[in-house]
Amino acid sequence: MTVRRRIAVATAGFGALAVAAITLAPLVGSTSIDLRRALDWSVPFADNVDAQIFFVARLPRTLAGALVGASLATAGVVFQGLLRNPLATPFTLGVSSGAALGAMLAITFDWTLGIAGISAVPAAAFAGAACAVTIVYALARAHRRGLSTDILLLAGVTLNAFFSALILCVQYFADFADAYRTLRWLMGDLDVSSYQPIITSLPLVIVSFFVFAWLARPLNLLSLGVDSAETRGLAVTYAQRSAFFSASLATGAAVSIGGPVGFIGIIVPHLVRLIVGSDHRVVLPASALFGAAFLVGCDVLARTLIAPVEIPVGVITALIGGPFFLWLLVRRT
Amino acid sequence: MILTTIFFARITQLAKNQKILRWFFVFFVSFACFAMRPSAGAIGQSSTAPSRIISLIPAVSEMLFAIGAGAQVVAVSSFDEYPAEVRKLPRVGALLDPDLERILSLAPDLVVVYESQTDLRRQLERASIPMFIYKHAGLADVTTTIRLLGGRIGRDAEANALVTRIDAGLAGIRARVAGRPKPRTLLVFGRDALALRGIYASGGVGFLHDMLIAAGGENVFADVKQQSVQATSELILARAPEVILELRAGDMTAEQRKREEDVWRVLSSVPAVRSGRVSIINDPLTVVPGPRVAEGTELIARLLHPDTFAQ
Repeated sequence: MTVRRRIAVATAGFGALAVAAITLAPLVGSTSIDLRRALDWSVPFADNVDAQIFFVARLPRTLAGALVGASLATAGVVFQGLLRNPLATPFTLGVSSGAALGAMLAITFDWTLGIAGISAVPAAAFAGAACAVTIVYALARAHRRGLSTDILLLAGVTLNAFFSALILCVQYFADFADAYRTLRWLMGDLDVSSYQPIITSLPLVIVSFFVFAWLARPLNLLSLGVDSAETRGLAVTYAQRSAFFSASLATGAAVSIGGPVGFIGIIVPHLVRLIVGSDHRVVLPASALFGAAFLVGCDVLARTLIAPVEIPVGVITALIGGPFFLWLLVRRT
Repeated sequence: MILTTIFFARITQLAKNQKILRWFFVFFVSFACFAMRPSAGAIGQSSTAPSRIISLIPAVSEMLFAIGAGAQVVAVSSFDEYPAEVRKLPRVGALLDPDLERILSLAPDLVVVYESQTDLRRQLERASIPMFIYKHAGLADVTTTIRLLGGRIGRDAEANALVTRIDAGLAGIRARVAGRPKPRTLLVFGRDALALRGIYASGGVGFLHDMLIAAGGENVFADVKQQSVQATSELILARAPEVILELRAGDMTAEQRKREEDVWRVLSSVPAVRSGRVSIINDPLTVVPGPRVAEGTELIARLLHPDTFAQ
């Protein structure tokens, strides 16, 4: 099968899955709604509870899930390719703990964005992520020209530990309720109840996806090793830098919407690779679509399993993804 | 990774505490049996009224002042704010970070501690410092605690008088709202600033739920037998509360309060939003399970039944 054909088949297959998940997810929830009434435009929106549950509660939540899932899964693929380490996740290089520190500070000190009048938690999370990325990048290129992936990895892991300590420190002195809310934020939550965070993050995700599309070929070359990639004419440093910043951008955007939802960035890429092989030209689009479907599916379980009480979506992704991934791993080897 | 770290820290802490508690219980029982000593003094049953009291619980500090033992209080927790006298007293930490050294240096003859502070309790025990152990649960426990505290520090009469006053206050509110329709209420105690995210509301058990019921309301989450419920937008839309009350700590300007109340407009089909019955209560009265519970309950009752309290 030619590459073009394989891309088409994988995209069609995983695309169908994603479309199915996104269409079906808003139909179920902790309450049952009358879909005909929800879509009945003759009833004023302000009076139509079913329509409000559908359009204010469920639809933004589903779209947020799809966007976050797609971003984290593809960012995982790119980080694994960049660091040439199968254990890399979007959170390995400190992006999530930087974001968590930002969110924690915003929650504890009740920050708001003055004129815009919106909650500062997503913005602070994004700023924290950007801060972590900058520090890691500066460290990785401090000593020699180019980008050292070893230093990148070590700096990221150390920064993660350092930020985690800062988070615990702020949390220790924070109000009890605020500490609990931060802990909950760390488990991931997609109940955005408005389209605004999705619209804000969408341009960032689109930009990084364009870079990912260009990165597929360089990542394939990088998987042969830096030296072979260089001899085949790849501008290695340029590719590494693009990969690092675009994947960080996608991760930061995703985390600012839904918090650091765990496991997506490692399970989805590996699952997809087990099915379609390791060519990044196929893996990247397939991971985006499957990541979206997987997180939307997990979120449906999160809000319906023990309704009206909700299970944090990060707990579901780990509980389902972990064993499933291990099973696949054992079956294949 | 952060999550796991925090979780493990919490879980090991919990497990440790429980183990210590069990170990401690075994030790205590065997000590009482084999040493053939009366257990008086073990948890500090001193016969004279204490004259140097430290309270690690804001609600209990309030109680001590309300039953006339304010002069005996020598230190309070880092969260104490009421009555005004406590602001001048030394602070010795709180639930998670009690400062044992400072507590000991103040030579107290009674320390009020939380039941869950097992480490601190063991340390104070070793130093033979008498303790009053505080358990926090529902509204009814407030008066129980006041009575026990009064008995412990030799101020039964004052404690009973205070309990009578609180009961009368609550009974008065109950009488005024009796027979009135009970508005279905969402009682929120946590939410992200300026967004409908991270909303935590009172479930069907605990002090806040009890206050809401006493104030003549019906809790929309009465069926969830937990102290707190994470209220998603879908749940709020489906439960359709007639009144939304939000408890907020910290000072807020009128403009800030207005902006926060306006955030709810997105959920326009919720009856409380349509009829403009969304209120932010920016008053510590409603969050301290102390002697002012009747006043706190009245604050809620006034918002639930504005007509009844209009005169």
